[in-house]
Order: sequence, then C-alpha cells, then structure tokens
Amino acid sequence: MQGQARDRTRKIVDGLMSAIFTATGAVAIIFIFLIFLFTFKEALPVFTDAEVRKEANLEQFFVKAQPAEHFEERYVWQPTSDVPKMSLIPLLLGTFKSTFIALLFACPIGVAAALFSSEFASRRLREVVKPAIELLAGIPSVVLGFFALLILASWLQDAFGFTYRLNAYNAGLALGIALLPIVFTISEDGLAAVPRGYREASMALGATRMQTAIKVVLPAAAPAVFAAFVLAFGRAIGETMILLMAGGNAAIASFSLNDPLRTLSATIAAELGEVVFGSAHYAALFFIGTLLFVITFISNSAGNLIIARMRRRMQGDTA
Amino acid sequence: MVILTQRLAEEYMKRKAGTMVQVNGGGSGTGIAALINGTVDLAQASRPMKDDERASAEKARGSQVVETPVALDSLAVFVDEANPVKELSLEQLAAIYTGKTRNWKDVGGKDAPIILYGRENSSGTYDYFKEHVLNKADFSAKVQTLQGTAAIVNAVSRDENGIGYGGIAYDKGVRALALKKDAQSPAVAPSEATVADGTYPLSRKLYFYSLANSPQRVTEFVQWSLTPEAQALVKAVGYFPLNTQAH
Repeated sequence: MQGQARDRTRKIVDGLMSAIFTATGAVAIIFIFLIFLFTFKEALPVFTDAEVRKEANLEQFFVKAQPAEHFEERYVWQPTSDVPKMSLIPLLLGTFKSTFIALLFACPIGVAAALFSSEFASRRLREVVKPAIELLAGIPSVVLGFFALLILASWLQDAFGFTYRLNAYNAGLALGIALLPIVFTISEDGLAAVPRGYREASMALGATRMQTAIKVVLPAAAPAVFAAFVLAFGRAIGETMILLMAGGNAAIASFSLNDPLRTLSATIAAELGEVVFGSAHYAALFFIGTLLFVITFISNSAGNLIIARMRRRMQGDTA
Repeated sequence: MVILTQRLAEEYMKRKAGTMVQVNGGGSGTGIAALINGTVDLAQASRPMKDDERASAEKARGSQVVETPVALDSLAVFVDEANPVKELSLEQLAAIYTGKTRNWKDVGGKDAPIILYGRENSSGTYDYFKEHVLNKADFSAKVQTLQGTAAIVNAVSRDENGIGYGGIAYDKGVRALALKKDAQSPAVAPSEATVADGTYPLSRKLYFYSLANSPQRVTEFVQWSLTPEAQALVKAVGYFPLNTQAH
C-alpha cells in the first residue's frame, strides 16, 4: 500500500515538473513570437498605410535611385531630409562589409585556437587558454566599441595610413574580437567531442599530430565548426554598439573597405530615440528591425539544415 | 547642452538638500519626445520647439508648453589644431558639408581630403546646422555621425584632416574657425562679445521646456537657472549667459 502511495506521489511530481519545463520552454518561444509580432506590426504601415508609403516602401528601400552619376550618390539614406530618401542599400552594404571582415578575422583564428587548445596544448595549458578566450565573451560590447574608437582606430591608421580613422577594417576587427569566443568555444567543444579512436587510428597509420588534427579531427568536427560560423554570423549581423562606435556611422553606398560605414542595427539605435511616433521614418526603422530578424532567421535555419546534412553524412561514413 | 544642465542640476541639488534632478542626454529631439511622452518634467533643447511638437505635447500632456531661454550658445566649427585653415565663409562651409568641396586645398589648406564629422539626426545641433549653414540641403553621405559634441571634438582632435561642429563649450584640443557670413564680410571668431552682439554668424539660444501645470519643484529649478549665480555657472561651463545680450 505504501509503495503504491509513493508511486502516485512520484507520478504527480513527475507530471508537475514536466509541465513546468514545458511551460518555461513555451514562454521563451512565446516571447520571441510576440517580439517579432510587435516589430512586424510597427513595420506594417510600409505595406498598408498610403501616407507612410509615399516615403517608405519596398521600392524606396531596395530599388529607388537618385539621379546621380556615382553609385554612392544614387543610393541615399537621409530620412529626415525635406524630401526623405530611404534607401537601405548603404546600410545593407555597411552591415555586410563589417560582418565580412569580422568573420574573415574571427573564423580562421577561432578555429585555429580551438585546434591548438584541443589537439596540441598540454592539459594544464588548455585549462588556462580555454577560460581566457571565453572570458573575451564577457567584455561588454560597449567597452570593445570604445576601445576600437579611441585606440584601435589610431593604431590602424598609423600602420596603414587610412584616409578615414573609422572604417570597415576598424569596425570589422572590433566586431571580430566579439565573435572570437563564439567561434572558439563551439568549435573547441566539437573538436574535443571527436572520439579518441579517430586520433589513435590516424596515428597508428603513421600520420603526424598535425596531419591528424587537420585531416582527421577537423573534418570529423565540421558540423560543430560550421555551426560556430553560423552563430557568429547571426551575432555579427545583429551587433549594434561596437559598430555604432567604431564604424563612423556614415551611410555611404560604397564597396570600399576604407570608407566609414553605417549598419542596419546602428541606424535603429541612433535614430529610434528621436523619431516621430507613427511616421514613415518610424515604420522604416521597424522595417529594418524586421529585416534583421528575417536575415538571422534564414541564416540560422539554413545553417541548421546544412549541419544536419553534414551530421548524416558523417554518420553514414562511420557506419 | 547636457553638460550645462548637468552642472546646473549638481549645483541646485547641493543648494537644496533633498531635491533630485536627474539629467539625460541624447539630443533635442530626444528630450522633446520625452516631454511629449511624459517621461520627463523638463526638456532641454538647443533649438526652438517645432509647432507640431508643441501641438502634440499640449495634446498629450493637457497643458501649455512654457519656453524658457537659459543660455546663449555659439555653434563652433572645429578643425585640428595643426590645420592651417583659419577661417571659412558660410558658403564654403555649406559646400564642404554637402560634399561639393572635398579637398582642403580648395579652401586654402593643404592637399588632403576633408574628413567630415557631424551629429545624428536626432540632434538639435544637426537641425540648426542644416537650417542655418546648409539652407536645408542634405548633408553629404560621407559625414560620420557621432553621438555628441564631445565625441566630435575628440574625433577631430585625432584627425588632422577632420572638421566638425558643435557647441563652443566643448572647445578642447581643437581650434574653432573664424566664420564669414559671406565672402566679403570679415571673419569673426566665436567669443562672448561676438556672440552677444550678433556678429558671429552661428549663435543660438538654449531652452528649457516645461509645462504650465508642472509641479512647483520644476518651476523652481527653471527660475533658479536664470539667477545670477546660475548664469555664472553657464559661463563657467563655456556657454554665454543671457544677460550679456545687448537687446
């Protein structure tokens, strides 16, 4: 009898706990959904409101060019002008330029550091290196931005003689520092999870440690490394403070990495404080927010698909 | 103008124990929007309130808006101390900021590109400059917009080809150019005298905006800001007190 009672309490506690966990999981999803709904709702006038659409619509954002000779004068973001011009082209270019440099910096270094930490470092060294790099993630982005604005920009200008102190290299490098711990941690976990047998088999066949690391362990951890890149990309697209401070914030439709840049996220941060509620400019800023949301959503989903496929292929190989 | 109100608030809190004045920056548009939304009692602005802003404030807060000029400010144009250019006409300045003039040699400097610094479009300084220098034309896309005059001064002081604009109070490590109203008129450097007699072409009033039904503690602070002791602080911060105004 007593045993039955205990069984029943266990069942009740069990059921209660799983209900709580389901609820917390659901809360997270509901929040994301509600945030998206709110952002999209505020951006909706871009599609529906005739008054807003005069100044802010998809054609304005992506196609409309001003009559000018140079590419950079044709696509203009001047939302508070007497004749508002709201081309997102310069902002998109700014976002992709900074993201490109940041990934170019953070991905190779992050993966190389992860390889070193998991394959070459002694256990004691590894216990120092790993937390040290992960500590980088704890630096607030405003501090990184400040560093880039005051110090990094001067170093780069002195070293390379850039015309503009604040340019895509400076912003991208500062952003890259923020991405480094993401790339490192996830790749390192992936590399460390590769079964010992792989390494032993490779060594037994006469491969050196270097050959084992690059040709056996790294490919085996490819899904994790790729997942690290995808996450880093998402962070880079959305990061605001570093770029607001280090990028120079000039909305120039230029492909040159020497020019200052203004990203989508920095535009929201800089302009939302002042914008007239319900105006075309307001709707345009929320449209940018929605756009950022969609870009990260697509990149994450595509990333997950590719990772799943890589995993399947890997398992097929080992079977 | 946030440094001015900050100083005034500190002094006021010292004098009147138990009062709390909290000051935030972000640009005149931000302050006025906050007054409209009811998140602040008092907005500071470096430009007069626009009619539609006044209307929406009165509608949202159900009370008349009260405007109180507190100080005079001159908008200075800064270059690096090493820059050989000493003066510009407003016309040249407009050509520089709209992107028509791109090299210092075209305005009497050395052969180097002009690096433009300016404010975000939420800033009263941005509006003032756009209206009074550019004649409402658009700024060049190459203007690097920074988050405050202090940031601009800092950037210009590190950039020998840089040019920036902002309140004269922030004049540290950079040189304020003398300005000419037009090509023929004499170049006038910003100073208390030239701002007060109106010969310096870019000067403006700084305002406090409150509501007619503001609580007494707010009106007391506004009234105090016009007393001689507060106006002395205005001068100490680097703006110009109102009473030196000739008219």
